[in-house]
Amino acid sequence: MVDATAVLTRTDAEPRGTKPKRALSGRNIMIYGTLFVFSLYYLLPLWVMVMTSLKGMPEIRMGNIFAPPVEITFEPWVKAWSQACTGLNCDGLSRGFWNSVRILIPSVILSIVVASVNGYALTFWKFKGSDIFFTILIFGAFIPYQVMLYPIVILLREMGLYGSLWGLVLVHTIFGMPILTLLFRNYFSTIPEELFKAARVDGAGFWSIYAKILMPMSLPIFVVAIILQVTGIWNDFLFGVVYTKPDLYPMTVQLNNIVNSVQGVKEYNVNMAATLLTGLVPLFIYFVSGKLFVRGIAAGAVKG
Amino acid sequence: MAEARRVNRMWRNMNAKIAAIPMVLTTLVVFVGGTFWTVLYSFTDSKLLPRERFIGFDQYERLWSNSRWLTSIENLMIYGVLSLVFTISIGFLLAVAMDQKIRYEDTFRTIMLYPFALSFIVTGLVWQWILNPEFGIQSIVRSLGWETFTFNPLNDPKLVLYGLLIAGLWQGTGFVMCLMLAGLRGIDEDIWKAARVDGIPTWKTYLLIILPMMRPVFITTLVIVAAGIIKLYDLVVAQTSGGPGTASQVPAMYVYDYMFQAQNLGQGFAASTMMLLTVLIVLIPWAYLEFGGKKHG
Amino acid sequence: MTNSIEVKDLTLNFGSVSVLKNMNLNVAEGEFVVLLGPSGCGKSTLLNCLAGLLEITDGQIFIKGKNVTWAEPNERGIGMVFQSYALYPQMTVRGNLSFGLKNAKVPRDEIEKKVARAAEILQIGPLLDRKPAALSGGQRQRVAIGRALVRDVDVFLFDEPLSNLDAKLRSELRVEIKRLHAQLKNTMVYVTHDQIEALTLADRIAVMRGGIIQQLAAPQEIYNRPANLFVAGFIGSPSMNFLHGATIDGGQAFQLGDLKLALAGYEGGIVGARDKVILGLRPEHLVVQDGAEPGVTIPAMVELDEPMGADSLVWLQAAGTQMSVRVPVERRMAPGTKVHLKVDMSKASLFDAGSEVRI
Repeated sequence: MVDATAVLTRTDAEPRGTKPKRALSGRNIMIYGTLFVFSLYYLLPLWVMVMTSLKGMPEIRMGNIFAPPVEITFEPWVKAWSQACTGLNCDGLSRGFWNSVRILIPSVILSIVVASVNGYALTFWKFKGSDIFFTILIFGAFIPYQVMLYPIVILLREMGLYGSLWGLVLVHTIFGMPILTLLFRNYFSTIPEELFKAARVDGAGFWSIYAKILMPMSLPIFVVAIILQVTGIWNDFLFGVVYTKPDLYPMTVQLNNIVNSVQGVKEYNVNMAATLLTGLVPLFIYFVSGKLFVRGIAAGAVKG
Repeated sequence: MAEARRVNRMWRNMNAKIAAIPMVLTTLVVFVGGTFWTVLYSFTDSKLLPRERFIGFDQYERLWSNSRWLTSIENLMIYGVLSLVFTISIGFLLAVAMDQKIRYEDTFRTIMLYPFALSFIVTGLVWQWILNPEFGIQSIVRSLGWETFTFNPLNDPKLVLYGLLIAGLWQGTGFVMCLMLAGLRGIDEDIWKAARVDGIPTWKTYLLIILPMMRPVFITTLVIVAAGIIKLYDLVVAQTSGGPGTASQVPAMYVYDYMFQAQNLGQGFAASTMMLLTVLIVLIPWAYLEFGGKKHG
Repeated sequence: MTNSIEVKDLTLNFGSVSVLKNMNLNVAEGEFVVLLGPSGCGKSTLLNCLAGLLEITDGQIFIKGKNVTWAEPNERGIGMVFQSYALYPQMTVRGNLSFGLKNAKVPRDEIEKKVARAAEILQIGPLLDRKPAALSGGQRQRVAIGRALVRDVDVFLFDEPLSNLDAKLRSELRVEIKRLHAQLKNTMVYVTHDQIEALTLADRIAVMRGGIIQQLAAPQEIYNRPANLFVAGFIGSPSMNFLHGATIDGGQAFQLGDLKLALAGYEGGIVGARDKVILGLRPEHLVVQDGAEPGVTIPAMVELDEPMGADSLVWLQAAGTQMSVRVPVERRMAPGTKVHLKVDMSKASLFDAGSEVRI
């Protein structure tokens, strides 16, 4: 996966195939045809989500899920946000949203600070055994979470953090560490060692080199890390279920509980609005970040 | 002098050592410690709480005679093989198509990759809705006049895995395409020139020259995708909840249910140890190829 | 004259690999010492030890009489210039120059004075508010030197500072560094693998190989009287010609097959009879002539000549080996021409073939 990071940054290189000569050659029809068909496959669910969420239930029962709404209504969105029920709670997905935000912000900050310092120490301040810890860390990225779920429950309980927001923040920091450390270490190792030496001759110490020399030079990689962590933590389901209590459930968990609850009449339009709402944050990050997202997922590849 | 030196050695890089504490704790306590703890306690009869009453391989015997676990493993194997074959071949196909100096490359890439930004929960729920027999694809085809058309994978134990596969491929192929495309573009330009000078047709160049050169990219992709498949959980929870019946159970779900619902920790530990073993079976040959080979070569 | 730098029994091991072996080196105040050697000889490593960027295994380092063996780099009173310039990319030139002073908590007005003075000496005043990315290679290296200059230190350490520059800039900056040294009169230790830099800049050159100083002497001394076979072969381009033979007649003559050369005039004096010696002759110390003179000339056949502008290099087959001779460029020689090479024994070197040490 080390290769993948290096390799993926090259996606903006020039295409390699031969240039098609005529607009309507058989070859072109095949290529664009393939891409077009697959694009339909990728776009279809987004279209269905949006359309369904803008219809009323009677229209859904009557018609076709692909058809645009005859009468546009935003009521499902309002309902999903503020009235949808999970169990006895009927205050909508907004609670999950704010929970996710409250989990997200400290998790992103803490995990990135810890991992970037790790990467920095592993690149420029190697100590005896530091490479061994790094190897274990990378292997840790491949250990199924299920193996570590319960020991962490015990650890959090001992620390009095089980079921709390900070417990989950800690879990995200721990599980984000392998990939982010790798990301930062790979980036920092492209920085000439002489720069670090020059800073030491100039009398800068561990923290001051980190804060004054490396951080300002490495803003792009911090942005990549933020993208990676925001989408990753926002999309998390398992840790949210295991390490928090229902009133702290992140948005994904609450969404699943709303849509897959067995009680009551299924309101598909509300469900789709809720699903879209949950997907909005990562989608927003995705569309805004563009190529940086590609770099992020390359690094995040190890996460699986 | 020697004294001063030793003290100095300790204090030198002190800040670096302090800064490494979170990493050291994470690797030693959580990754190594946690893993060993789980493996150790998989040999106990822990129920609601972990306890040190060792019962040998009993939990594993129970595990492998539990039909739900057997279904989980079978599902994972079928889903895993299909998913690997399809994600990698579709990903490569799309990458080659994208590599033909096409127009709107960025647009196509944006379209193919956006599902990867979404969570498995969102993915599962959308496809649950599209595959809904009453309103989804089945009903639409029927309303077009083909009254007997049946496509109801989420409620058919025999087809449910394919329902999951459609959603899984939707989420992951764009990412694999990106890896492959990057691999294609990482190949030396001169290879293409040489092939053209030699008069080798494009498709033959891809098949006979480029494909073998992309071996490392394929292996990396394979490992990444495989590691992801073994962890498969959220998607199943959202799309099928493991149903109908136990038809779409997967090991991660089994672990969660036994650990946190059925209050049978020992079973959960044994099942998760089996998952770890599966990962090691994938990982060790790869690590050997990737790192062991370099050392000796 | 006091010693500015004293290295005593310095040893550095990386694991089981010994990089620097029991090294001793004294650098006088105001002296310009060049560490010269092939890559991997330990020259940069030694410089990093002096700077405190590498922790040494054994031995001691004194700078200006103070034991700095375990001091941090910034406490040693050194300034350092790196090959890749190592300028902080996010800071302006001014920021780069003042970073060290700020860390040392120097008052602001004093920082400004020092930066202004360094900028004046190096003529980089107009560049002060630019970022390194907006500078040319030569300008960047001036800034890097400036960063050492502002620190008001007595010892400058240069780690291959000119290697990243093109040939023209390199010679320009070489002159600049020499001028700077004449003006500032501080102690300079300069690492390079370029012998021209070493020969032109140094008061003394330390030729290194395998973590050991092979010879430490003034450039002319190193050039004319290399201490051993390695130094002889490493210094000079093209390399010294080596003839493997023996001394006979109680050390009166050198013999190789039919060839016999009188050793009269060899500055090493009477060398005695030895079975295995190596005679070293620099290409510029041989004269091509048509006629033979017994005991003074070597018969040779021209293989090829390379005109090099100012002079011409001729490759010949002589004494059973390939030799090179420098001749005036007007003298073109066709391959196959038979000539004789006249030896100036007063400028030759003789080495013992076993120990490779100069006799």
